[in-house]
Amino acid sequence: MKEVAVIGAGMTLFRRHLLETGKELSFLATKMAMEDAGLEKDDIDMVVMGSAPDAFDGIHMKGENLIDGSAAVGKPYVRVFNGGGTGVFAPIAGWWHVASGVADICLVVCEEKMGNCYPHPQTAFRHIWDPILDRPLTPNLLWLFAMEMNRYMTVYGVKKEDIALVSVKNKRNAVDHPCAQLADPNITVEDVLNSEIMAWPVNRLDVSPPSDGAAALIFCNKDIVHKFTDDPIYVAGTGWSIDSTMWTNRDLSFPRYLAQAAKMAYKMARIQNPRKEIDFAEPYDPFSYKELHHLEGLLLCKKGEAPILTREGVTQRDGDFPVCPSGGLLGVGNPIAATMGQKVCELYWQLKGVAGKRQIPGDPRIGVANAWGDIMQMGTVILLKRG
Amino acid sequence: MVKKKEYKEWPPYAPGTYVRESDIREKKITYTWWEPEVQYSWSLGPAMSKFLQGLKAGKIYGIHCKRCKRVIVPPRMFCEYCFGPTEEWVELKDTGIIETFSISYLDPDARRIEEPILVGVISIDGASPQHGFMHYFGEMTKDDIKIGMKVKAVWKPENEREGSITDIIYFKPLNGGED
Repeated sequence: MKEVAVIGAGMTLFRRHLLETGKELSFLATKMAMEDAGLEKDDIDMVVMGSAPDAFDGIHMKGENLIDGSAAVGKPYVRVFNGGGTGVFAPIAGWWHVASGVADICLVVCEEKMGNCYPHPQTAFRHIWDPILDRPLTPNLLWLFAMEMNRYMTVYGVKKEDIALVSVKNKRNAVDHPCAQLADPNITVEDVLNSEIMAWPVNRLDVSPPSDGAAALIFCNKDIVHKFTDDPIYVAGTGWSIDSTMWTNRDLSFPRYLAQAAKMAYKMARIQNPRKEIDFAEPYDPFSYKELHHLEGLLLCKKGEAPILTREGVTQRDGDFPVCPSGGLLGVGNPIAATMGQKVCELYWQLKGVAGKRQIPGDPRIGVANAWGDIMQMGTVILLKRG
Repeated sequence: MVKKKEYKEWPPYAPGTYVRESDIREKKITYTWWEPEVQYSWSLGPAMSKFLQGLKAGKIYGIHCKRCKRVIVPPRMFCEYCFGPTEEWVELKDTGIIETFSISYLDPDARRIEEPILVGVISIDGASPQHGFMHYFGEMTKDDIKIGMKVKAVWKPENEREGSITDIIYFKPLNGGED
């Protein structure tokens, strides 16, 4: 397997509605990543597109619609998607294009336009439920996460106050992110607990917003990386795993599929004690409890321990183990696949030391990100490290 | 290759143009509109057909995976873990326990509703632990409901059942919900 470097990253503004089309957003994010790497379209060998359910955009098989904005015309191109897992799975796919030796330089573009869908982006989620047993009950997707959050709280005795701290931390961190949609420098735990109950135990401020946006990353074979940078960031490990579709036949209190994916990535990165050997994390946080659930699934702490670390301030940007220094999905926004921007692009910027006001102290050398998708069953994990 | 753009902080700018919902409503931006019309019909396969016919008759059926020694509900023709065929249908009870639940103030389109929907996962008695399905709860309030509560199916009258998960109206507390 080839060693793979990251040499460029870009992302757009995240907002509920952006004027630009999906193609145009893909173009803007790609251009920023190309400026970073010093590349033109002809320098790119292959392109991976990550974009999640077609039903948001309203354009079926939208991978094809997005080609022109993704610097992919005339090149090998593939779209990958596994719902919310896509923001980390697409860069994994970019990595394997280069690791396999098939491409020397692979561009990954992630795009999502959720604002297109009416009366609410949630309406698109009507079409992802099992048609036989679930749809006749006319579910709202938030039910799933509320049920998982309740199970997690009950099994490990977690309080809503401790979960609310995640929203507070991430929305405050997002103040320093120029693309952020829902940053709030003054938010408190009381604000979260007193916000509208949507599907108990989930309150409005426990949820990330639907968003439009795009992000891009450029992967490069280590053998030629010296042409582009003296300070490369490398992919240290990748992992992915999926559990059964039958979500009512599993214990929702622990994401075992994510633990499987994390073990795969840690083995590749030769990491034996993840909490000690990894410097910071960007776990997927579409809901406040998910950051905690994912820290445990990533084996960065014991089951039920993540709320305690959060309460003790360990996961603050200047804490012992910074978590979601970007501001996460809760603060920056949740354009499903394009959350690659706060997850994997953020690892790259933090490791290069160019995250500005978001920069975590202490010269981080290795970071981990994950995403989570399909029907609460897909775990995708990537580790980046300094050269 | 071209010369790199050097910036001290990344992302150096945030490209994209914010559009407010009111800009769309008031047609301040140029847009187009589409309402798809499409219908689907699914044939349900042998396992789900038997399960739903069972519901029509007021019974909940599970199926046995002999290799994994588990009784599975909802039933399927194969076991996704050992990947062997399942065999031997088992009639389960119409009681179970609440594995998890939510109190929802949202309808499927995220519109707000006054009276909350009580919904959750019920592990069915007679199946292996944590084997069950999603359904509504009734005859209890948002203050009574708790994980671990014993519940029982409330069925539609026989002549109104049509072979659907909604042949069960909801699950109600059994013996006051205690074990």
